[in-house]
Amino acid sequence: MFRNINVSVSPHIRDKRTTQNIMLDVCIALFFPLLAGVYAYGLSALITIVLCVISCVGFELLFQLGMKKKVTISDLSALVTGMILAVNMPASVPWFIPVLGGFFAIIIVKQLFGGLGQNFMNPALGARCFLVISFASIMTNFSTDINYLFSKPDVVTSATPMAMVKSGVVTNWFDMLVNTHAGCIGEVSAIAILIGAAYMIIRRVIDVKIPFIYIISTLCFVALIQTIKGETITFDYMMVQLCGGGLLIGSFFMATDYVTSPITNKGKVIYALILGLMTSLIRTVSPSNEGVSYSIIIGNMLTPLIEKFTVPKPFGYKKGAVK
Amino acid sequence: MKRCIERLFNGLIKENPTFVLMLGMCPTLAVTTSAFNGFGMGLSTTAVLIMSNLMISALRKVIPNGVRMPAFIVIVASFVTIVQLVLKAYVPSLDKSLGVFIPLIVVNCIILGRAEAYASKNPVLPSIFDGIGMGLGFTGALTIIGAVREILGSGAVFGYQILSEKVFTPISIFILAPGAFFVLACLTALQNKFKAPSATNIEGEKLACNSHCATCVGKQSCINHQLVEKQKIEIAEKEKQEKLKKAEELKRKMAENKGGNE
Repeated sequence: MFRNINVSVSPHIRDKRTTQNIMLDVCIALFFPLLAGVYAYGLSALITIVLCVISCVGFELLFQLGMKKKVTISDLSALVTGMILAVNMPASVPWFIPVLGGFFAIIIVKQLFGGLGQNFMNPALGARCFLVISFASIMTNFSTDINYLFSKPDVVTSATPMAMVKSGVVTNWFDMLVNTHAGCIGEVSAIAILIGAAYMIIRRVIDVKIPFIYIISTLCFVALIQTIKGETITFDYMMVQLCGGGLLIGSFFMATDYVTSPITNKGKVIYALILGLMTSLIRTVSPSNEGVSYSIIIGNMLTPLIEKFTVPKPFGYKKGAVK
Repeated sequence: MKRCIERLFNGLIKENPTFVLMLGMCPTLAVTTSAFNGFGMGLSTTAVLIMSNLMISALRKVIPNGVRMPAFIVIVASFVTIVQLVLKAYVPSLDKSLGVFIPLIVVNCIILGRAEAYASKNPVLPSIFDGIGMGLGFTGALTIIGAVREILGSGAVFGYQILSEKVFTPISIFILAPGAFFVLACLTALQNKFKAPSATNIEGEKLACNSHCATCVGKQSCINHQLVEKQKIEIAEKEKQEKLKKAEELKRKMAENKGGNE
């Protein structure tokens, strides 16, 4: 069976990598932040993760069976979507939130637009935004009942570091780096996220351009905007901006999604800069505390446009030479 | 009288402006945050529709064809202003929640569409019934969409809580802008699935307007298009002939040259 596929002129490189292979690597990388989340929040986090994964894979299976399409759950992409969805959720959500999130991510964002490779935005982040808008109180209710990895802090507050830093309180960033802090399941420990990210970079699953430019530009823009606003910037403040919230996990695991990020090198830089600008604007100027998911979605939508303007020139290409 | 009843049926079911013709989508998406808002919007539009249909139908022999659009707009705008002032005086809460969409009834395509397609060609009484039918069809559709969104988004209908917070957690995105698109998209998908009449599932030659091209709003543009096409063909033919002439001349010259050489 042949499908019409547009390919560029030779030479072509044959690679052993398959979708399944790459997705498996992402799963292994996601395992570290999720493990930290389960350690911090206990059984409720585990239940949420399992529900997310089961609902994503289940809805993909149901949709493809119902529509009489080829069942593609063995490429593990639905599993990854489920895990990223779980990363984005507070641990103590009621059971229907992961199920509804899985439905939205798989059916509405992914399958209705044509399945893997056709979705215009990251399915898990689309579902997260849907849930945050729909159930604002549930999705921002981070439990304070945390097991701490090393030292137990003197005071436990219910607010996330991002909420605290917005109101002017700077938490101890070193605690956030190694310890756990209030937030979604995946963002509790910066170290765990970095281990997962390092694994993906070593396995060459992700390109380092997008995450690094994204993180650095976010910090630069935050510093710039705060300076314009006339506030003093301390080292602690910047570290909280870096380790708190979803910046690390978002930049390594979500902004680098193959389908929804540009493939050209120039495009990747522009995309990462846009993400950094959006995130810093939402964090400093808008009333909300955290803006990683919204900025990644906005970046996803701009991706086709960015790619259109950054088509690479073939070597020796002269304008108007070939018609 | 039979014609009038047929008009009512036509507006309510056969050519329901929202579900079948898919006209006036802007207010449909924007104001159906609750059943009451949809109902209020529908009734305001109905009032404007009936009065403008009456007026336009009565003036149909007076209004010159060339300036009919501005004339229709002036008539519709005056009735919209009346409705807006009435709402402001007697139901200020509804006026507040509908906001800018009341003045925007002026550019609602259902009203202009009915004026153009029906009222400007038919006598007064059927035009009034056409307005009633279309308006009630619009009201019904908006109320239904509003009710669905209100149930999903806040567990209530017409402000009465029917699903308690314990049983059902409201999905508040449904009373925000994206919810309107979700509900309408699901509805259209179902219509397409069951091949129900709708502007989105026209197959082949059969058009949703029943191919009434002679009375169609787009008739003038169609004629213009044909004229332009005709002119294009004429120009192309002229060019062709000129080319042929030139070629013949060339041939003749060549032949003369040849003759000279010999």
